Amino acid sequence: MMVINQNSKGKVHGIISNLVIVSVDGPIIQNEICYIIKEDIPLMAEVIKTSGQMAYVQVFENTTGLKIGAHVEFTGNMLEATLGPGLLSSQYDGLLHDLKSMKGTFLQPGDYTSTVDLERFWNFSPTVDKGTLVRAGDWLGSVIENNVNHRIMVPFTLEGDYLLENIFPEGSYKVTDTIAILLDNHGKQTPVTMIQKWPVKKAIHVYTDKPRPFKIMETGIRVIDTFSPITLGGTGFIPGPFGSGKTVLQQSISKQAEADIVIVAACGERANEIVEIFAEFPQLDDPWTGRKLIERTIIIANTSNMPVAAREASMYSAMTLAEYYRSMGLNVLLLADSTSRWAQALREMSNRMEELPGPDAFPMDLPTIISNFYSRAGFVYLNNGQNGSITFIGTVSPAGGNLREPVTESTKKAARCFYALSQARADSKRYPAIDPIESYSKYLEYDECIATLNSTFSDDWLIKINLLKNMLRKGKDAADQINILGDDGVSIDTHVTFWQSETIDFVILQQDAFDDIDCRTPLERQKFMVNIVLESISKSLFFDSFEEVRPFFKKLINVFQQMNYREFMSDEFSNHMQELHDLIQHNTIHNPVNL
Amino acid sequence: MVGNDLAGRFFNAFGLPIDGGPKPEGKEVAVAGPSVNPIRRKLPSELLATGIAGIDMNNTLVTGQKIPFFADANQPFNQVMALVALRAKADKIILGGMGLLNDDYLFFKNIFENAGALHKIVCFANTTEDPPIERLLIPDMALISAEYFAIEKNEKVLVLLTDMTLYADALSIVSNRMDQIPSKDSMPGSLYSDLARIYEKAAQFEEGGSITIMAVTTLSGGDITHSIPDNTGYITEGQLFLKYNTDIGKVIIDPFRSLSRLKNNVIGKKTRKDHPQVMNASIRLYLDAVNAKTKLDNGFELTEYDQRTLKYSYEYADRLLAIDVNIDTTRMLDIAWELFSKYFSIEELGIKSTFTDLYWKK
Repeated sequence: MMVINQNSKGKVHGIISNLVIVSVDGPIIQNEICYIIKEDIPLMAEVIKTSGQMAYVQVFENTTGLKIGAHVEFTGNMLEATLGPGLLSSQYDGLLHDLKSMKGTFLQPGDYTSTVDLERFWNFSPTVDKGTLVRAGDWLGSVIENNVNHRIMVPFTLEGDYLLENIFPEGSYKVTDTIAILLDNHGKQTPVTMIQKWPVKKAIHVYTDKPRPFKIMETGIRVIDTFSPITLGGTGFIPGPFGSGKTVLQQSISKQAEADIVIVAACGERANEIVEIFAEFPQLDDPWTGRKLIERTIIIANTSNMPVAAREASMYSAMTLAEYYRSMGLNVLLLADSTSRWAQALREMSNRMEELPGPDAFPMDLPTIISNFYSRAGFVYLNNGQNGSITFIGTVSPAGGNLREPVTESTKKAARCFYALSQARADSKRYPAIDPIESYSKYLEYDECIATLNSTFSDDWLIKINLLKNMLRKGKDAADQINILGDDGVSIDTHVTFWQSETIDFVILQQDAFDDIDCRTPLERQKFMVNIVLESISKSLFFDSFEEVRPFFKKLINVFQQMNYREFMSDEFSNHMQELHDLIQHNTIHNPVNL
Repeated sequence: MVGNDLAGRFFNAFGLPIDGGPKPEGKEVAVAGPSVNPIRRKLPSELLATGIAGIDMNNTLVTGQKIPFFADANQPFNQVMALVALRAKADKIILGGMGLLNDDYLFFKNIFENAGALHKIVCFANTTEDPPIERLLIPDMALISAEYFAIEKNEKVLVLLTDMTLYADALSIVSNRMDQIPSKDSMPGSLYSDLARIYEKAAQFEEGGSITIMAVTTLSGGDITHSIPDNTGYITEGQLFLKYNTDIGKVIIDPFRSLSRLKNNVIGKKTRKDHPQVMNASIRLYLDAVNAKTKLDNGFELTEYDQRTLKYSYEYADRLLAIDVNIDTTRMLDIAWELFSKYFSIEELGIKSTFTDLYWKK
């Protein structure tokens, strides 16, 4: 609990935008939170540097109108997240203040609302008996939050073993009510409530083992699941110039991915994108549970016009919530859009502190900050043997679309999946604009991951995927040849090679994110489509001249596209299958010339 | 100082009249106020029709959107913007002119006067005769007035900002004087946040008012990787490119590089259901024509399909992409179907059969 009186106090000494220099009268800690009192309004700030009696604090608000000499009160705590039931379906700012309970159209500085509803009653049921030895992260009981079994855990900040002296019976409690009493080996009692606090910049480490991720996470997006799958507990990033479809792609993933909890951190991006989530998610169904999407979602919104310092914090807040739910044995998907804005927030602050700049004026320690953050994701085994995961996908907005810039390069070292969005594909409206050749998933090199892929699809799955990728590569070469030598300067085979790759492109790679059926392709259907496409285009096809190649493949692609728009295995779907069959028959048998 | 008196008036960066009229009456408010709580915004989903098919069909605009024209200095962006502003059904048009040439200032003044739209115009202008630092105040002045009309009067406000490149240049001058370490292209490291603070004022409010921002970012030599257009592109909801089409001798809206991110909130919902697919198919076929043209330039023979796409491309550019088009979206879609039937077979479209069944004419 905050006891402000016992802590240090200070006075504002200098102001450079949102960096404020404070002279202090006592001890303070690095990253300590303080409140600068601006005409009765407390502005939250964080200590980022100290030097003698001077503390450099970054203010999480606009400092316009702040005066020299203003009073500052330190809290003795670092930036903390409040963790407890009531987080799901909420919408927060970067510091986890509930946006819904704020008053007025505009965000007023100092309007700090509580993260969870402190007055709401939850039905708690204990799951361990008193007398048990417990440690941080152990499950004491649970409440049902939306559809999720929300575990009430031993506070993460406690060290060592505790004896569960008392646990309260099943019943209705507020989050602040005591539900258990722990006893340490000195006989000191610690009451436990349903909420706890955790400093967001530190990782929550209440698991026994963190193996390499091995299980594929279905996103329903063909080019991801089929070509470069991500795993439960995996990390990935999506760099792309503006207009290449990053946001649409991330939203598709957030809607469809196989996860118990989805946390969306909108970090320095457009407010309207968040509004879209606010508007859509309460309406849309979660394809996995049939309940509403909003029920499994937490949104952290620090849009581009909200204070910059809170943008940095928002990423850590989001990761802390993800770790909290992972400790309950759940699979959490964390999406951050975009990590570049986060890095820019670091740059702005480093600049104001007059630190010597690294490449592109970013701080020197940017690569370590990024890799450290990505390392908090992962698949873990908890103390009780259960498992949980955080899958983290971040977008990167490279300046000028140039991937050789510090944020992209640092992220490339930290993330295991790379989804390159190509401007050329976006320009020709081939969405999602993920380049299948440039993109990769390092998980395809993990033996344990290959094993699960084989059992999910089939034993020759990887061989098939490599075949497809190879055909795409050959198709690209063929396209170059046709462009250089002209349509009649190359063999008919070259045309066929080109159109084979176009078929893969149009049928498997491209997907209509705005079509109700095509937007999400379950793994089973992906397997079916890969097989049927491969089978169709690998048939020996006969053509008299190159001019026959295009019309044939155009027809083929058209039939496949119609299939993609139909309910899997519906009557219409089967009709298209028949059409496909006839079409291929026609060009394999009835064309006599080459036989 | 905001109030109803602002309508029909022209001011400088400090809000002082430059049209010879009296000082306006109203209440004083601080500029660059706090941002809107995202939860109090509404999803922009009201079509902003301009009659220009290159915009309405391919890059549909929505009230509450923010979108710039990326244009070279010699392109007629101010004219197109004025045209769009007059056709769009806005209650107020607020012009923020930064580093405006005096001639352009007079152009806007005249065109609004001639259109009899003066009563809904508010103009804040900093011309090239004024000190560049004063430009920094223009967007704040324009937007605080916009907020007054949008929030207190529930009006649909269209804000025109030209030219944001000159605004960013002024930012870099200030940051330079403050000994800040410059990042890319000698721009301040905070350029993204600075621009976002302005553009994010665009919003659809719950009570019906809205602020739509249409801006101009001039490019140097068409380079969109420069910090200013680059950061702008990441903030705004799309961008519009103008292009001179030599085949038809007209300025068109470039269908490849232009984008409206919010179009999916309205197309196929507020417009006819086939809109998204028709849009994509027509652009894809136009791209085929561009490829055919490259072939032709390289001296290769064209296939029969190539020739059809070329013919299609001339008609598509002339009847739908040119900026002098003024028709409603249903008519645009009908024209597109007419062109499809004229030049292509049904398989070459790749459109859902539910739509081809309805609209394919042959």
